[in-house]
Amino acid sequence: MIVELARGMWTTLRALFFEKKVTVQYPEEKKPVTARFRGRHVLNRYENGLEKCIGCSLCAAACPSDAIFVESSENTDEKRFSPGERYASTYEINMLRCIYCGFCEDACPTEAITLGDNYELSFTDRRDAIYTKEMLIVPVPQGGEPTPQVTEPGVYTRSVPEMKDPVD
Amino acid sequence: MAKLINLKINGKPVSVPEGTLIVNAAKMVNIDIPVFCYHPKMEPVGMCRQCLVEIGRPMIDRASGQPVLDENGQPKLQFGPKLETSCTTPVSEGMFVITDSEKAQGGQKEILELLLTSHPLDCPVCDKGGECPLQNLTMAYGPKDSRFIFDEKQKADKHVPLGDLIFLDRERCIQCARCIRFQDDIAGEPVLGFYQRGRRTDIVTYSEPGFDSVFSGNTTDICPVGALTTADFRFGARPWELKQAASVCSQCPVGCNVTFDVRREAKAGGGYVVKRAMPRQNEQVNEIWMCDKGRFAGYQYTEAESRLLLDAGALESTLSLAAAKLAEAKSDAVFLAGGRLSNEDFYNLKQFADNLGAKAYLYTQHGGGEFTTAYGLSAGSNLGDLGTGDTVLVVASDLYNEAPLWHLRLKAAAQRGATLIVANARATKLDEYSSFVIRYSYGDEIETVKGLLGKEKIGEAIKNANNLVIFYGADGLGLAGTSALASACAELVTERAGKPNNGLIGVWSTPNQQGALEMGFAPSANLAAELKDKTVYILAADPAGDDPALAEALKSAKTVIVQDILETETTKLAEACPEGRGIVLPAAAYTEREGTYTSGERRVQRFYPAVPARPGTKADFALVAEIAKKCGFELEGRSPLLVMNQIAASQAAFSGVSYAKLAEVTAQWPIIGRSDLFYGGTGYENRQGLGVTLETRPGTVDGLRSAVNALRPKEDELFAVPITKLYDNGTTIVPAKLLAAHIDRFNGIVLNPATALKFGLENGSQATVSLNGVLYPAKVLLDESISTGVVLIPRSFAIPIKEPVAVKLAALVKAQEA
Repeated sequence: MIVELARGMWTTLRALFFEKKVTVQYPEEKKPVTARFRGRHVLNRYENGLEKCIGCSLCAAACPSDAIFVESSENTDEKRFSPGERYASTYEINMLRCIYCGFCEDACPTEAITLGDNYELSFTDRRDAIYTKEMLIVPVPQGGEPTPQVTEPGVYTRSVPEMKDPVD
Repeated sequence: MAKLINLKINGKPVSVPEGTLIVNAAKMVNIDIPVFCYHPKMEPVGMCRQCLVEIGRPMIDRASGQPVLDENGQPKLQFGPKLETSCTTPVSEGMFVITDSEKAQGGQKEILELLLTSHPLDCPVCDKGGECPLQNLTMAYGPKDSRFIFDEKQKADKHVPLGDLIFLDRERCIQCARCIRFQDDIAGEPVLGFYQRGRRTDIVTYSEPGFDSVFSGNTTDICPVGALTTADFRFGARPWELKQAASVCSQCPVGCNVTFDVRREAKAGGGYVVKRAMPRQNEQVNEIWMCDKGRFAGYQYTEAESRLLLDAGALESTLSLAAAKLAEAKSDAVFLAGGRLSNEDFYNLKQFADNLGAKAYLYTQHGGGEFTTAYGLSAGSNLGDLGTGDTVLVVASDLYNEAPLWHLRLKAAAQRGATLIVANARATKLDEYSSFVIRYSYGDEIETVKGLLGKEKIGEAIKNANNLVIFYGADGLGLAGTSALASACAELVTERAGKPNNGLIGVWSTPNQQGALEMGFAPSANLAAELKDKTVYILAADPAGDDPALAEALKSAKTVIVQDILETETTKLAEACPEGRGIVLPAAAYTEREGTYTSGERRVQRFYPAVPARPGTKADFALVAEIAKKCGFELEGRSPLLVMNQIAASQAAFSGVSYAKLAEVTAQWPIIGRSDLFYGGTGYENRQGLGVTLETRPGTVDGLRSAVNALRPKEDELFAVPITKLYDNGTTIVPAKLLAAHIDRFNGIVLNPATALKFGLENGSQATVSLNGVLYPAKVLLDESISTGVVLIPRSFAIPIKEPVAVKLAALVKAQEA
């Protein structure tokens, strides 16, 4: 019996002194997430600052939990949010409904919505769980301009960029 | 009955009338043949080649003329070497059609591959995406990959406004010419056409202003791609997000069946809003079409900023106040109801008036209604049945402007062989399709109608017609004139009363004037005098805005109670009244409630709620019932269905009508609005009821009206007559912002160029019209078809004209010039 006891204590002592520690001191310390981690969504921009989202509502249609709501409006060259004729004037995701399946990402024809690496979502009010476009959209990249932009006529006529098939 | 032809499609035996096209024969047995350019309402052209099928015909022995038989004794089939277009090929006896063989499907696949070579594939932003025939057919019949080189795609303009209501995306167009053919053949307004050829083929508009047609919205319904889109729905919503609500258009007495597409919007605080109006099939009313007024002004006013609203508590106290005033007034109360109310509202109002002892009038300038209830169309009528041997007479009505769908239906009837007689003092668009055009001078309407039988050919066409339908309007006539005209017209149909497809139709200005007439409402000949010192209860009407004389009369009324959905001059007048003398009640719009309308053809049709009622508003019948209850009379205010049951029990014409009966549908041809959007377009199938035509009650009118004395203007005066324009300053049209430019086009008085010259006026110059001692400024528009000495004044524009009068005209001298 002494032997068994000693063996058990040895396991504990070994883990305490000789093995690599795995405990992470969250929230002071955060582990990086994996490449394909599905966290809170972000709405992306092109390099020039135009929004990638064209307000097509396909993410909302693909969403199995009906978490996304999109309302679109018409772009003009004087007030351009995204390339092409259509942009999302309202974009909302209810994070309490979202199941982080990533179907919205799959459905998006312009790679506008991607699931980011933020998993720190907690709310004290149900209404706070609804993320609006302003909360979801990434900041304007270096060298870009904020939307709406004034653009030259005839440049941004196409909503969907010509994209290659994805290679993994 | 046409001869029946027997054939087989994909082995399925089919019997169809001679002359049927293969694509339609297949449709009848639920076999889909993909099409783009073919439309069941139009002649086939075989342009897109999408409907390719294999066709085998029995081999005929040339010597004997008998079919060659094979070893089993069956007729031997001979298949053509190439595929044939099933939309242009009529059926023939013993034909064998194959739509799903490898060869046929190969052909269909290659056509799709070809159509997609330069298609932008921007389905994510395309308004048609989700209800797009090209998208659906590509999924069902199309190739997986394209052999064409991606870089050789043609790029074209994506934002081409054809008019201010319809936008063209040249990249998406597949050149099926459905829109062009619709405008040419069905609308009769050839304003679209092809320009250039080959891959550069474009749709262009010839008219100035662009796409000048009142049926333009229909082209977007039948466009098989997203090339044509409407200004009001552009990027508004995706089709799959929309919920449908069946309704009836409230803009004119035709009663087109429509569907309102609704969805929740953040812009509306998360509430439901109507996103678009689409036609709903009713082959006996509007087929699958609707006019632009219905599409772009049909519901917009129900969401206008000028809606009247009250909170629930205030509504209750306002109702009590109104009830107290009415109970006090009793027989000193006058009810004035506009033709926008539903049948249920009219019934409750009439009951209330009868109980109270009050007078109840219909607010209209279009009289003669008693003749339409007695000699109107009866059950079994359908303007779509009129053809060879039938006669249609249109008197004093510009149907194109007053009821566009009737214009369309009569044009079609004339083209089927019906004798169309158009009698009017000026040229109207319907003249082009008529067999006889009669021009009279304004003021001679009644004499003209009385003299019709005396004319040789026209008299015969009327006397010997299998069916006779008469439309009478108020073009250039007031209340007295229309009443006399109705009486003269009724004489022609008296003997045909009760016979289907025979009768008198009033081209009213409101959707449900017929319903009011059936309930026993009638207009008052001298309204201003009736209102003095009375307690006036006005519903869905704007007398103060229409006529300064009535505004004065209302100011001298004891109390003014106005019940409406929008702010009008009359509600403003009521609000400006001293405390307690003016009461405004907010009613729910017809998109927010259930009810029925009776069309000019006497068809009772149901409309369903599309959006929830605004807080603090109630349907008119419920408001009336609540006021009546506070006055001590029990009226049904719970549901319009229960009111309709009471109507059916008490009104002879409505016997047998119930909400269940109104919701009945029968099979209609062509089959549209199912999964096969490529066939009939995106109009909706009718699942909510075709309506019921009321029985006539002949013999209820006795004594004919005496003709009115014709007005004789003096030397320096002009004969001013009221006319109706499609887009005017009506309470329900002005909130449709898209139509503002269209309304403005008609804003002016119309003169003959010779008359204008006499006054030193030209097209577009400003003039003043002196009417009843008041000067009104107006823009001058010229029209060569009207007679000299006459000035046409459109109703509802600044000049309050309700009947023919003599006016003085002068050029407006601008202050800086003087």
